[in-house]
Amino acid sequence: MSHVAQVYPHALPGRRAGDPKPGTPAVAHVSMRDVDKLFSRPGGNPDDTFHALGPIDLELRQGEFFAVVGPSGCGKTTLLELVAGLSTATRGEVAFEGEPIVGRIPDGVGVVFQEDASFPWLTVRDNIAFGLRRLRIDAQEKTRRVDRALAMMGLAPFADSYPAQLSGGMRQRVCIARTLVTEPRLILLDEPFGALDQQTRLLMGDEVLNLWRKTGATVFLITHALDEATMLADRIGVMSARPGRLIDIVETGWPRDRDSRIVQDERFGAITARLWRALREESMKSIGALKPGAQP
Amino acid sequence: MNRRTSILRNTLTLLVAVVVLWQLLYWMVGDVALRSPAQTLEFTLRFVTTEQFAGHLAETARAFGMALVLAVVIGLGIGFTLGGHRFLGEVFEPMLIALYSIPKITLYPILLLAFGLGISSKVAFGTIHGVIPIALFTINAVRNVRAVHLKTGKVMALSPLDMVTRIIFPSALPEIFAGLRIGFSLTLIGTLLGEMFASQRGLGFLLMSAIGLHNVDLIMTLTLLLTLFAGTASVILLAINQRLRSRMSA
Amino acid sequence: MKGARVWRVAILVACVALLEVLCLTGVIDKLTMQPPHRMAVDLVNMLVSGSLNGAIAKTLGNAAVAFVAAVVLGVFGAIIIHRLRRVRDTLEPLFATYYAIPVFAFYPMLIIVFGLNAAPQIFIGAMLGVVAVIVNTLNGLDRVPNVLLKTARIQQMGARETAWRITLPYAAPYILTGAKLAVAYSLIGIIGAEFIMSNGGMGYEISFAYNNFDNKTMYPLILLILIVSVSINMLFARWEKSILARRGLR
Repeated sequence: MSHVAQVYPHALPGRRAGDPKPGTPAVAHVSMRDVDKLFSRPGGNPDDTFHALGPIDLELRQGEFFAVVGPSGCGKTTLLELVAGLSTATRGEVAFEGEPIVGRIPDGVGVVFQEDASFPWLTVRDNIAFGLRRLRIDAQEKTRRVDRALAMMGLAPFADSYPAQLSGGMRQRVCIARTLVTEPRLILLDEPFGALDQQTRLLMGDEVLNLWRKTGATVFLITHALDEATMLADRIGVMSARPGRLIDIVETGWPRDRDSRIVQDERFGAITARLWRALREESMKSIGALKPGAQP
Repeated sequence: MNRRTSILRNTLTLLVAVVVLWQLLYWMVGDVALRSPAQTLEFTLRFVTTEQFAGHLAETARAFGMALVLAVVIGLGIGFTLGGHRFLGEVFEPMLIALYSIPKITLYPILLLAFGLGISSKVAFGTIHGVIPIALFTINAVRNVRAVHLKTGKVMALSPLDMVTRIIFPSALPEIFAGLRIGFSLTLIGTLLGEMFASQRGLGFLLMSAIGLHNVDLIMTLTLLLTLFAGTASVILLAINQRLRSRMSA
Repeated sequence: MKGARVWRVAILVACVALLEVLCLTGVIDKLTMQPPHRMAVDLVNMLVSGSLNGAIAKTLGNAAVAFVAAVVLGVFGAIIIHRLRRVRDTLEPLFATYYAIPVFAFYPMLIIVFGLNAAPQIFIGAMLGVVAVIVNTLNGLDRVPNVLLKTARIQQMGARETAWRITLPYAAPYILTGAKLAVAYSLIGIIGAEFIMSNGGMGYEISFAYNNFDNKTMYPLILLILIVSVSINMLFARWEKSILARRGLR
């Protein structure tokens, strides 16, 4: 069901840094085939199910930045949790690096949530180092990685502070740093900047792009902010109202070395407009302003 | 309806589990220290009709009633005063909290020396057990009255008495009631403990002498009666508390 | 606030001074109460002479054991109950009414089963404290944010590791609140049991001294218990405050 819509015919056809070398077998980094997710309603009879998501078919290329936008309640977070292995698909198969995900969190996956997930009882440094518990590397390497993460996220002056002493944005950086130390190959971001103000969001967006380039990881971002998706992503998936399906995938065609100033690009407005065209009807459905099937 | 029947079901399950556990313990330990549920029930039914019981019950009820009234009045008074005045509250609240942590049973000999062996020492003991939680909860309740309600009262130019009775008290009522609920249980325990240690009358005294004479039937019966009374009162107060709370946060 | 603390100390000093004056002038007679300075001197003498050190060690030792038992059983119990929804719902009414039950009534039965030694006293002390620990620990476990549990799964932590590294550290301040209460309850349990029936310990000595009009012994012992319980409570409170401050919660 997925299809790629070329927004602009003159979008770059050439290779960009980070693209798989020509001749590499095209194994999708993440693949979802015919995935459905149903929840059983609590306290009700077993046949009474809640169709949260699906059917979804999606493939993420290694090293790409993929964003998902959609109305609230459409199942975006469920989608992310399926990819993370936090939840299991009722039907269909989710695979990471060719291996199916079955109820286990695969190695090499990092997740940043919308709510603050920093541990209030640990310092910033200990929070970040927590990510390394399980890795078999010696203490020197651990310190090196933590210091590097601190530097990358601008947290070095706060290494010995506690999260409660930092602002919301800084705490999210701690969570991101904790994810980065494990050098994940897939980074999942569930509306990580939802709780922050607009200016901070734009700057954090720049930082995420920076990290994406430095780590070469595949990034999967969920956001409700269309401009954020357009600025950050190589491709943007638009989800319908519940049960969420992908109704459109938009290629932005941006160069890899972009930053927040891309908002000035003449194509920026057109892309966001296209997203909203696809999304408006679905949003109205999801807030009940529109019965399914009616004309907006 | 679904929630109420499940609460009922849970309480019933609890009661059944307690009785079963009781019976098992009885089989393990024997007549030397316990009586079975059936035996206790029979003895209780016989006992509550005796004059002896009525007399002691009246004594305890008098002492408890007085202690409760004192605890509530003094507790609310302290609570409103300290809750309403920021500085007074800051000075005295930590002292109240420290007093709360003292094992008040150690003060008992002092109270006996001060009040003598009559009903007044029992009442005093009961009161000091209950007054502090009531005061502490009331302080918090008054502090947590929403500022916007107070401002509304000021704008309407309410007299101080009206402020308290029409705005502060109704708004703080659920949390005050939580304090009253706890104060009720603690005052009861305090009064009973007081009766146990130096009194010639009352259910606490009866319990203590039963312990001394090793009258297991009486020990079990009194424990059962006291637990039932305290438990029932507690459940009723809890239900009222829930209703008050749900009305406020609707 | 510094100002409030100064006032508090001043008020305490004033109260002690008032007691001192009332005792010295005979308004409070010698049989009822010693002057405070006398109590302090007697306490120092008692500790130095070591005459009652055995009793003191016995009581405080037993209270410590009861405390540890209450905390360990309470925390583990709460962790188990937290996972079993039905069990928790069934036990809720018990927890809400628990402190109305006259637990001391079970003391004689415990003596028969375990003998007149430390075991029944520790049992009572632990019984009194365990529910406070359970209720507060459950409160803490309830508050662990879902996002931290999700993070634990992302970090590939099993159930035991999650409980040890995430849930317990997060709930620590709430567990501490329960432990603080358990300190007072353990002391109450041990001393109360010693009042009722025992062959040694501080409660026993206080009771003995009271019956023999021995204020010289009684008041210092009471004073010592007050000092110990208030000090431990303040230590716990300070620890609790520092943890919460680190989390920006108070």
